[in-house]
Amino acid sequence: MNRRRLIWAAVMLAAGAYLVLRIATGKMQAPVGVKGVGIWFAAFMTLAIFSFLFGDNPAYKFAEHLFVGVSAAYWMVVTFWTALVPNLFGKLFPDLVATYLMPGLKENGKAPEQDLFYLVPLVFGILLLWRLSPKAPWLSRWALAFIIGITAGLRLIGFLSSDFIGQIRNTMVPFVVLSADGGPLWGDTINNLVTLVGVTTALCYFYFSKEHDGVFGRISRVGIWTLMITFGAGFGYTVMGRVALLVGRLQFLLIDWLRLASP
Amino acid sequence: MKRTVPSIITFLVGTLLIVTFFIPHKPFSKLTDDFNTFFDIIAAFAFILGGGNLARMHGKRVASRQAGWFYSAVCLAGFFSMLIFGLLKIRYHDGALGWDLKGDLNNAQFLFQQMWEYIFRPGTSTIYALLAFFIASASYRAFRARNTEAALLLGTALIILLGRTFVGPILTAWLPPSLEFLTIPSLANWVMAWPTQAGNRAIMFGVALGIVSLSLKVILGIDRSHLGEKD
Amino acid sequence: MPARLRLPELNRQFVFGLIAVVVCIPILWKFSFREYPSPMVRKVFDKVQSLPAGSKVLLALDYDPGAEAELQPMARAFLRHCAERKMKIYFMTLWATGPPVITRAIEDVLVPEFPGYRYGRDYVTLGFKPGNEAAVAIIASDLKKLFTTDGRGTNINDIEMTRPIRNIRSFDIVLSVSAGFPGTKEWIQYGTDPAGIPIAAGMTAVQAPLNYPYYPRQLLGLLGGIKAAAEYEALLKETYQKYNDPKYHLEATARMGPQTWAHLAIIGLIILGNLTTLLARAGRGRN
Repeated sequence: MNRRRLIWAAVMLAAGAYLVLRIATGKMQAPVGVKGVGIWFAAFMTLAIFSFLFGDNPAYKFAEHLFVGVSAAYWMVVTFWTALVPNLFGKLFPDLVATYLMPGLKENGKAPEQDLFYLVPLVFGILLLWRLSPKAPWLSRWALAFIIGITAGLRLIGFLSSDFIGQIRNTMVPFVVLSADGGPLWGDTINNLVTLVGVTTALCYFYFSKEHDGVFGRISRVGIWTLMITFGAGFGYTVMGRVALLVGRLQFLLIDWLRLASP
Repeated sequence: MKRTVPSIITFLVGTLLIVTFFIPHKPFSKLTDDFNTFFDIIAAFAFILGGGNLARMHGKRVASRQAGWFYSAVCLAGFFSMLIFGLLKIRYHDGALGWDLKGDLNNAQFLFQQMWEYIFRPGTSTIYALLAFFIASASYRAFRARNTEAALLLGTALIILLGRTFVGPILTAWLPPSLEFLTIPSLANWVMAWPTQAGNRAIMFGVALGIVSLSLKVILGIDRSHLGEKD
Repeated sequence: MPARLRLPELNRQFVFGLIAVVVCIPILWKFSFREYPSPMVRKVFDKVQSLPAGSKVLLALDYDPGAEAELQPMARAFLRHCAERKMKIYFMTLWATGPPVITRAIEDVLVPEFPGYRYGRDYVTLGFKPGNEAAVAIIASDLKKLFTTDGRGTNINDIEMTRPIRNIRSFDIVLSVSAGFPGTKEWIQYGTDPAGIPIAAGMTAVQAPLNYPYYPRQLLGLLGGIKAAAEYEALLKETYQKYNDPKYHLEATARMGPQTWAHLAIIGLIILGNLTTLLARAGRGRN
């Protein structure tokens, strides 16, 4: 056994002894009952994933694979009960679904009318699953084409309207902002100028059909500065976000599991 | 059949949505609503496809005893137990197992919810929390003010990092009220509201134009990469 | 390079350990200071405050446990405020992982703190629907085409407060708390912007800068990350005295202690890294 392993074994033993002591003195929940076992398992998952900080290891791999399997099934189950049962089977077999699966389908005690138009998404759905079949998996492309068509149509409209035309409108601000008595409001005026100059110069930087030299080069240089400020702010916010998530996780370990402090 | 029919479907569906935007009346609006509902249903099938693919892939690995098959078995065990607990709505209460197909899936007594709480929840939140360590390490190793641009990036990040804590107001509390706009929190708010907004807006323009042109190419059948290369 | 100018290289494990320690200590010893609300947060708060009792609020909680540490305090703050204003709250999520998050918000805030709030009369959960932007598009035109039942399986027309709802225009405001796609952006693009309905948002710190361009015409205001949630809690305390009582655990405010120390540690690491480079450069120049 090399020195590193020996140190790890000693740390683990000490940690184990500490946990046993805390349980024995009633200072933390024992792994007994659904909640007790659950919290201990959640702590194991947390520590196993954190162990990746010291490199890939069996505990991390175990937690990672378990998590992948559980989450894939979670999505399947939730979409089955929230989309397929009420919105598909509930339309095609309303009486059956209302009787055995979802009594809430009945309005004032009466099941809705059957709607055979919903055979269309059923067929497309089956075609999509056909991808798993060894014979003619290309049939799934028909369903995929439907999904892509809807996505492309929706995004074309959404991005054109809110993110292109909408943003042009948001950028059309007055060069000089005047107060009610006609005097200039310098703060607002500077802010508007920053917006106008920032957007215009950054767009110039993104224009690659012209060489970035001379006046155009200097303008696009200002654009780079605007983008650097943007990325700097983005970095600051990203740090804030990631730290917040770490705080949440360590709170779970220290407060919910080890009970070293009150919430 | 393999490429033409999907292209026609994409064209018809995509065009209908665009037409509805300009003529939001029946029959277009009704058809668009129907198609959007169908999309939701087909999206649900996509989750089944994803789960099915995962099970097939790991099943093969276990069956052929490939390297790491034990972990694939763990994955499958998690997958099938969650699936069975969720689809059959199996509950555990007062030491007794039971099932209730008509029950509310969010009921804490369902084993499905217990697995969400004690496996899925710690798993997903810890994976994201892990990034805090790596971002700290990267800050130390790679964040250097080597030139004007990098100095701007670094300076902005420092203002935001300080301005978004209670240290920011403390550090610049000595400034007189007339210079309140120079306090670190005010600077952080200003940087977010104006220059950052301008930079992100320029990026937004680029992304919007890119998505619009790509969507048009897909609808018109010019871009068919989503249908794959092979027949 | 003279030895006295050389700074020690920190190894990765040391940096990891440092971050863990600076986060753990304030969690155990609870440091927190007063929060000063920023104008953006105040604007969102004032808008919610200005809505009359009985206003219909669509509270979209589009996130998973991965973002819960940042967004759950925000969702709770919104929820407390809406309940204080006696609004009708409609929960909804576009994330499959959202329903338990909604349940938790209800059980942590509405059930213990507002016992008078009744399901079906004052609040309702519509649950999750897949489809991302397509789902928002249907909600914008015909909500009941998508939602035949609420999130608990009751017919939507058998519930008092969902009976009159037709589409997104039936709501007075949308409050979106989101961690990415689908989230605030999709609510704006396919829901509130075409319908002309006001929307205010709370989002992860990573998402916040990306959504600033929508402010103020397409988005009333936004809360970015845990700091904004703490500021919203400070406004709640300022407006409703009862929240000064420690029994109302204000999560975001409590988390700002560890958050601050971690920020300071990272700033220290950045400065140290730059100093190391500067000194190395100076040493090379001298040689």
